[in-house]
Amino acid sequence: MIDVFLDNGPAYLAGFRMTLALTAVAGVASLVFGTILAALRVAPLRPLRVLATGYVELLRNTPLTLVFFGMVLVAPQFGIIPPIGFWTAIICLTLYTSAFVCEALRSGINSVGVGQAEAARAIGLTFGQSLALVIFPQAVRTVIPPLINVIIALAKNTSVAAGFAVVELVATGRRLGQAIPGEAVTILGGIAILYLLFTIPAGLFATRIEQKVAFAR
Amino acid sequence: MSSVLYDAPGPVARRREAWGSVVGVLVILVGLFFAVRYAAGRGVFQLDRWDVLWDPPKGQTAADVWRSLLVQGLGATLRAAAIAAPLALGLGLLLALWRRVPNVWLRAPAIGVVEIARGLPVLLVMLFGWLGFNMQPLSAVVFGLTLYNMAIFAEILRAGLAALPRGQAEASLAIGMTRWQTLLSIELPQAVRTMTPSLIAQLVVLLKDSSLGFIIGYVELLRVIQRNTAFFGADYTVALFVVGAGVYLAINISLSRLAIRLQRRGSRRSAGTIDKQKLTVATAMLDPTGGLDKSTGF
Repeated sequence: MIDVFLDNGPAYLAGFRMTLALTAVAGVASLVFGTILAALRVAPLRPLRVLATGYVELLRNTPLTLVFFGMVLVAPQFGIIPPIGFWTAIICLTLYTSAFVCEALRSGINSVGVGQAEAARAIGLTFGQSLALVIFPQAVRTVIPPLINVIIALAKNTSVAAGFAVVELVATGRRLGQAIPGEAVTILGGIAILYLLFTIPAGLFATRIEQKVAFAR
Repeated sequence: MSSVLYDAPGPVARRREAWGSVVGVLVILVGLFFAVRYAAGRGVFQLDRWDVLWDPPKGQTAADVWRSLLVQGLGATLRAAAIAAPLALGLGLLLALWRRVPNVWLRAPAIGVVEIARGLPVLLVMLFGWLGFNMQPLSAVVFGLTLYNMAIFAEILRAGLAALPRGQAEASLAIGMTRWQTLLSIELPQAVRTMTPSLIAQLVVLLKDSSLGFIIGYVELLRVIQRNTAFFGADYTVALFVVGAGVYLAINISLSRLAIRLQRRGSRRSAGTIDKQKLTVATAMLDPTGGLDKSTGF
């Protein structure tokens, strides 16, 4: 049983690296893009709010598989040929995840008491100042646990790229499982453990921070 | 909420805002115009690339196309979801109750199952079913959807039970009801009612995830669309994709709105004793890819 892992060590490692790279690059990109979206959603100009709201609503109700499907099979019809593999996956994962990042940030901003914002306004801080000096520093603390959960979801979602020519952990598992059918459960079990090594500790960490923040309120 | 961030606008600010809005709309419209013109230049809007929806080539009728899309494709998607949802709900309830067992050691397996099922990608669980246990694609899809969503449902129900005021159970025990009676006729009905919006929001996630069947060879909506484009030619990809995306959006947005409406109604009616803030934070943690818009319920 151990032989399966020893024989395919390099394949596992390559898959793990790809999953890690997808999560890291798409994670950073989603945080940036999602923050811009969240800023648009609280902006004073209505068209910007509507634009960002529409984007978030659209992406939240679309399956990630459909986003991939659109990017890989439909975009070329518009003459947009996305680079196959890694970067297509990054684009799709970022488009999708940034909607959830935006939601997490926005609910964090909303969780700051109204009185805080009112006080900031009352002492004459501008919109930018009250956001940067009063609301944002408080929102960050409540926002971190949901953001960690969004990143956990992203790490799991990178598996969808397996269906679209990216060989990450799940694609590795599928390939090995099909090659050695008798050991499929063992092979996939190994993949599962690699995922759980990240998702369970990260989840527990998020819960702990959440409890701490809950006390502070 | 955004009104808190800035003063109520006076006449000058309102005028500036109006101009800003006009400029903003113009910029968006110009962008849209160029995008549409670009797409039109690629021939995307030519009728002969959309007529597959009403007058398809190759001797097929429009009814054939729509039947394949809606009956075969959407039907398969909904079938997987319709089998998995009650299974996940039932098992989730079981797990939620199991986690209330007083003895830590008896409770541990339930916690383990929930944590593992939550921590795995749904696609990997489907692969377990498909390659590991030699299931048919439909069973594998249902297996994956059930395992993941039962864990989330269990957590939602647990949060609902935990948020109930203690007095409910105490009063029920005081009038001589047994633990089971208390659970079944006092605690669960209230927990389910408070958590209905979250449960429905999770159904949207379940439906979305059924599209993962595309990757393990289950013939659902996306696969049918791909087969149709393979049959009729890539020129029709856009038309067929628009139908598929439209179907998903229509179903999911309706479900999301239903959840938000129920939540609003619930928050208006229910007693103030339930710790609302704790509840919403707890449920937002469960599955960040679903969930409700807690604040505005937009």
